[in-house]
Amino acid sequence: MKTVRRAFTSALLALLGLGLFGGAAQGQLKSGDNPEASEIWQKVRLSLFESRPISTASDGIIVLDAPSRAEDSAVVPVSIRTRFPQSATRYVDKIYLIIDNNPSPISAIFQFTPGSGQADIETRIRIDEYTHVRAIAELNDGKLYMATRWVKASGGCSAPPGKDAQAAQASLGKMRLRIDGDGVAGQPVLAQLMISHPNDSGLAMDQLSRQFTPAHFVRRVDISYAGKPLMSADVDFSISENPNFRFYFLPQGEGELKAEVLDSRDLRFQSSLNFRPAR
Amino acid sequence: MLTALHCCAIFDVRTGLDVLARSGPRPMVLAAVLLLLAAWFPAFAQTDPQVRPQPLSMHQVAPGIHLQYGAQEEWMPANAGNVANVGFIVGSRCVAVIDSGGTPEVGRRLRAAVENVTPLPVCYVISTHAHPDHILGNVAFLGVPGGGPRFVAHARLAAALSRRDRAYRNVVLRDFRIALAPEAIVYPTLAVEGVLEIDLGGRLLQLRAWPTAHTDNDLTVLDRQTGTLFLGDLLFVGHIPVLDGRLVGWLAVMAELRGMDVSLAIPGHGPSGRDWPGMMAPQRAYLESLQRETRAAIKRKMTIAQAVEQVGRPVAPEWLLAELFHRRNVTAAYAELEWED
Repeated sequence: MKTVRRAFTSALLALLGLGLFGGAAQGQLKSGDNPEASEIWQKVRLSLFESRPISTASDGIIVLDAPSRAEDSAVVPVSIRTRFPQSATRYVDKIYLIIDNNPSPISAIFQFTPGSGQADIETRIRIDEYTHVRAIAELNDGKLYMATRWVKASGGCSAPPGKDAQAAQASLGKMRLRIDGDGVAGQPVLAQLMISHPNDSGLAMDQLSRQFTPAHFVRRVDISYAGKPLMSADVDFSISENPNFRFYFLPQGEGELKAEVLDSRDLRFQSSLNFRPAR
Repeated sequence: MLTALHCCAIFDVRTGLDVLARSGPRPMVLAAVLLLLAAWFPAFAQTDPQVRPQPLSMHQVAPGIHLQYGAQEEWMPANAGNVANVGFIVGSRCVAVIDSGGTPEVGRRLRAAVENVTPLPVCYVISTHAHPDHILGNVAFLGVPGGGPRFVAHARLAAALSRRDRAYRNVVLRDFRIALAPEAIVYPTLAVEGVLEIDLGGRLLQLRAWPTAHTDNDLTVLDRQTGTLFLGDLLFVGHIPVLDGRLVGWLAVMAELRGMDVSLAIPGHGPSGRDWPGMMAPQRAYLESLQRETRAAIKRKMTIAQAVEQVGRPVAPEWLLAELFHRRNVTAAYAELEWED
């Protein structure tokens, strides 16, 4: 876990500048013809995966669903699905979510376990610019598989930060954890975590003080069931205001599903519920 | 350096174009080439502030109240970003501008329109909310002789605008090929909380800052003399309503607006009218159905992506630009309503 976080942090620091002051900020990109030609991707790739091969076969292990146009640039739903069930011998270890032209391209690194049952994840992201969005699965054997979607930014009157800063601040840290359905023992169960949080990028300047407002975003999510880690995520402000995650887990008997959240100001929030599969 | 070069070139091109355009077909080819050039180089697309812009064509909708109806289209280069209704009110001492258009150029054309009507100075530039199609013309009113106007807005507009500042600059550069100068996004110098009255000389305007509705910084302007209400985007007519604030809040604000004594209502987009509060009915029907259907989708455990696919397109009336904004409205409504119990 520590290694993931360290790699994430250093890659984030290295790339933050790149996204902010690099090609994306020029506002010129309009075509998604060649995903490999993205300069930012080449740098992200080098920092995360060095020269390891990444399979992009269309019948591959991983599927990424995202709208071709961001309807609302503050809330763009993305769904990442993997094509086989998690088992002790073969499982998806990590999924990387990369948004090339966002200020911080490495948006999330999800870590799964065999107990996840199915390494699928849904969340909502901010899209600043026309961009490639990538999901890369890293299997327990070290193999890498990538799915890419080109997403057009929306026009003028939605903006990545969100709708109502004051309201978001007022309900900071409120959480909702929910399980869909009754659950069948031995079958993956769908759960949803909602976190009320402004997830501020810190990229807005206060026009009176000429200071940037400090960033304040969720940076770590840990999910466990019956005391065992299921899924974790290192995330940043590319995730929409009020971060939302849908994921699976494999309940082994009765237990407590627990979500722990850590934000960039080291505030901790948690939520849990008891669950017993119906049969 | 580059900017200076382009700047001089613009002047030559424009002068040449004016002369050529009056003298027959052959020069038209040259003009077309020059236009192509203008489209190609970002800086060419900007206008030299020295050249007096073509005044916007205004309608006097009530005594001393002048209005330009924006195109009922997407905010885009093809219409020069001129899509919002913008206007001004003339008092005996000075003028209040209400919204300034979607690019600095629309603002300059609005200023020229004011100067066509009255020699009185502009003392207030009022923004109904922070969206770019309404606010990016404000820069045209900076640096007027005699100190210039006060820029008036909802107390929460400055924060909303600064959070969007970077995104606006990017989209204007990407789509309009205009590099906005640092000062081109103008921040308010007079913030309204609750209600504020301003005097244009024998003419009182009542400004009211609303709770989160279309956005979190909606402001209305009521001309007390004529009962004319500028609603900004709290009201859309023809153009599909666009949600960028809080759906439940918007419906609540509309319920309060119903009680106001209004003889002429001016929406942010679409024709003005005297049927008050009747002219709000189509918008209310749309927002109520959006709320009802999105709630039902959440209750049925649809994901946000499924809801966007399935929550009904509005049928009657046939809203303009539904293609562009309905799915987005469902997205925003879902993200809000999923927190309800």
